[in-house]
Parts: sequence; C-alpha cells; structure tokens
Amino acid sequence: MVTNRYIFEISNFSVYYGDFLAVKNISLNIHSNKITAIIGPSGCGKSTLLRSLNRMNDLIISSWVEGKAHFQGVDIFHKETDIIELRRRIGMVFQKPNPFPNSVYENVAYGPKIRGVKSKSELDGIVENALVRADLWKEVKDKLNESGMSLSGGQMQRLCIARSLAQNPEVILFDEPTSALDPISTANIEQLLQELQKTVTIVIVTHNMQQAARISNYTAFMYLGELIEFGETDSIFVNPQNKLTEEYITGRFG
Amino acid sequence: MAIFDEELKALREQVLKLGSMVENAIRDSVKSLVERNSELAREVVKRDHLVNALDVAIDEECVRLIALRQPMARDLRLITTAMKITTDLERMGDLAVNIAERAIELNETPQLKPFVHIPKMAEITQSMVRDALDAYVAGCSRLPYEVIKRDDEVDEETVKNFQELLGYMIKDPKIIPLAVKRTYVAKYLERIADHATNIAEMVIYMCKGKMIRHMDSPERE
Repeated sequence: MVTNRYIFEISNFSVYYGDFLAVKNISLNIHSNKITAIIGPSGCGKSTLLRSLNRMNDLIISSWVEGKAHFQGVDIFHKETDIIELRRRIGMVFQKPNPFPNSVYENVAYGPKIRGVKSKSELDGIVENALVRADLWKEVKDKLNESGMSLSGGQMQRLCIARSLAQNPEVILFDEPTSALDPISTANIEQLLQELQKTVTIVIVTHNMQQAARISNYTAFMYLGELIEFGETDSIFVNPQNKLTEEYITGRFG
Repeated sequence: MAIFDEELKALREQVLKLGSMVENAIRDSVKSLVERNSELAREVVKRDHLVNALDVAIDEECVRLIALRQPMARDLRLITTAMKITTDLERMGDLAVNIAERAIELNETPQLKPFVHIPKMAEITQSMVRDALDAYVAGCSRLPYEVIKRDDEVDEETVKNFQELLGYMIKDPKIIPLAVKRTYVAKYLERIADHATNIAEMVIYMCKGKMIRHMDSPERE
C-alpha cells in the first residue's frame, strides 16, 4: 500500500453553524503518524475543526461545510461516505472521560462486538491488546468485570483510549484530553500519546500550550475561525512568524 | 505592565549594567597602561568581583524566569540570549583584568615607546561592546551587523601592533619581555572584540530567531 505523508488534506475548508462562520477557509495538511496540536483561544474554531474530521458536527443540525476535507483520499463529507466506518477509522477522545456505565471489559469489547466479532477468545485478545496499548492492562487486568466508572479519572481516560484503540483506528482525535486530570495522570496520558504516535496519527486540541510544546510535532494556531499559523512545533514556539501567534503563545493576547 | 514584562525589563537593565561595568573595566585598564597609572589598574582588578557577582545573579534570574514563567518565542530568546551574553561579558571582564595586570608590570619599567595601536583597538572594542548591548536592549536594527564588521578592524590592528613590536624585538632583544607583554595586551583586546562579536551574533538570533554563528559572511545577512 502506498502511504501518503498526509493523512488529512484540507483546503479552503469552512464550517458554518447556520449563518455563523465558525471555521474560515482553512487549508492544512496533517501528517501521518505525527502528533498535530491545534491551539487558540476559546471560540476560535479549533474544536469545530477537530470534530469535522470524523463528522461529529453532523450531530449539530444547523452545521454545514464548504471546501475540501479528505481523509486518505476519501472525501469526508461526500454523501456516500460511510460515517460508521469513518468513525471507526478516526476515533475520538473527549475532555471529560466518558466510559459506558458498564464493565471495563465491555467498554473495550463494545466496538468489536457491534462490528461483528463474536468469538470470546478473539474478543479477549482484542481487549487485552487495546488495554496494553493504552497502558492500562497492568492496573485493570484483575478487575475487568468491575465498572469502568469505578476507575480514577486518569484510568477512565485511558479506558476511553483503549475503547478507541479496540477499533484499530488510523487516527485518534483528542479534544482537551487532560484538562480534567491531575498533573501525574496528565503526564501518563502525554507519555501514552507519544507511544501511540508510532502506530496512530494523533490530532489534539489543547488549551495547555506547554502540552502542545511538549508532545506535538506540528502546531496549528487558530484565531476567530482562521488558521493563523501552522508549522513544526519547534519553530512555532521558538520563532513564530506571525505576530498574533507570538502574542498568544507569550501570553500577551488582547 | 504585567509582572512578567517588568521582570524582563529588569533583566535587560541588569544585562546593560553588567555591560557598562565591563566597558568601564576595558576603558580603565587601557587608560592605566597608556597613562602609566598603576593605582587605576589595581582598581580594575579589585572591581572584577562585582562583574562576577552580577554575572551569577543574572544567570540565576534567567533560570528562575524559565522555571516559573515558561517563556516562549521572543521571551524565550531574550532570556537565553541574556544567559549567553553574560558569559561573554564576564570573560571580557577577566580580559580587562589581564590588561590591568600587564599594565602594573609594564608601569614598573620605563616606557618602550608611546602607544599607537592599543588605544585605537581599545576604542573600537569599547564601541563594539556598547553597540552590541544597545542592540540587545533596543531591539532589531543594523547595529549588530555593524559590530560584527568592526571585528576585522581590531584584527588588523592586532597584526600591525605585532609587526611593529617584532621590528623592535629584532633590533634589540633586551626589550623582548616588554614587547611580549604589549603583544599580550593587544591579544586580550582582540579576544574582547571576539566576545563582542559573539554578543552581536546572539542579538541577531534574538531578533530573527536565526543562528548566524559559524556561517560564512554571505549567509549571515
């Protein structure tokens, strides 16, 4: 298989909520097997952009898009695109850990089950593998039947990552995955993202600029719906080219 | 003004203060030699610990700012540049002390000949230090590039000074000890100019985010 260096190719892409233009004419290519961070002040459109990548915005009735957004050559917004399959290939993890009110095992096995995996031994293998990859196996292997809700915040978030990994995704989108976690759990998740990057492309929206600086390879800075600057994280944080970016990352905004 | 901005302003002022102390040390050390004033030379030696103390204080402040403020972009470059500049300034201070020590020794014997090249070198060198630091404080301009160019003038004077003294030494080997000390002084000034060049290069980095050290001249622009 020929692998493209860009897993997402986005050009002249806009997202509207009714008349409101939330993402303005953005062009951006996202590299495979890298961590791309999207930063910017609240309301800048970064979550909207993120949620467009696996069409989570479809859930908002008034939203509509313009322009090109391709994932591995597939037009994300084409009317014949299989959304279920798209979301299997592009997983998502949210700000607040949201395990199902179910056992640890069932949380991870849910995806494979609904896509038709029936064999108990195969499911066991998938669950263990996903939990190992999410660096949670050691902590939960003796309590797979306990409720996912009984875990600590950091563990719940890793359970959500395992749930996503069980679907064998090519991308995982993270919407502020550590903003509800303590510093140690945050460090664990950051470490985990850097491990996962070897096999999965990661796009992360974060308000924590140090986090973007610590873990990402590329950083996109958005403001008022526009992409102001995109580049390698090193250059964005050491020598940004745009004055707005500079003001934002040095904390002198507005 | 935000607290962090005030801290950065104070940092710039400290660097500037260190710079002016070093500038004075260079001026006085050369003056003590040219005017045969050993008292002034001893002053320069005595004052060096103030330079060392301020160098350490600035470094500590930079580390504190990095730890507590997590500076980014131009703030980060300002602070890392301050750390590098102070190292160069402290070495310049030491070289001024070396000049003062040679002055004390040379002042004990009759003067070989009036000084020509050394006062000229001192003048250029001091202007390099002053302009490099002005550029650090004032921000981006042509100034640091001018400083780098002036280093060549100092190098030329160093060579002229040596050739002249060599002539004296060949004519009269008895004066070799004195002449060698004079070449030392020129060498110290030449090194000071190199440190000033380093500062100018770091200021360019601070402004543009581009390292021009160890590049050939065309790439530098």
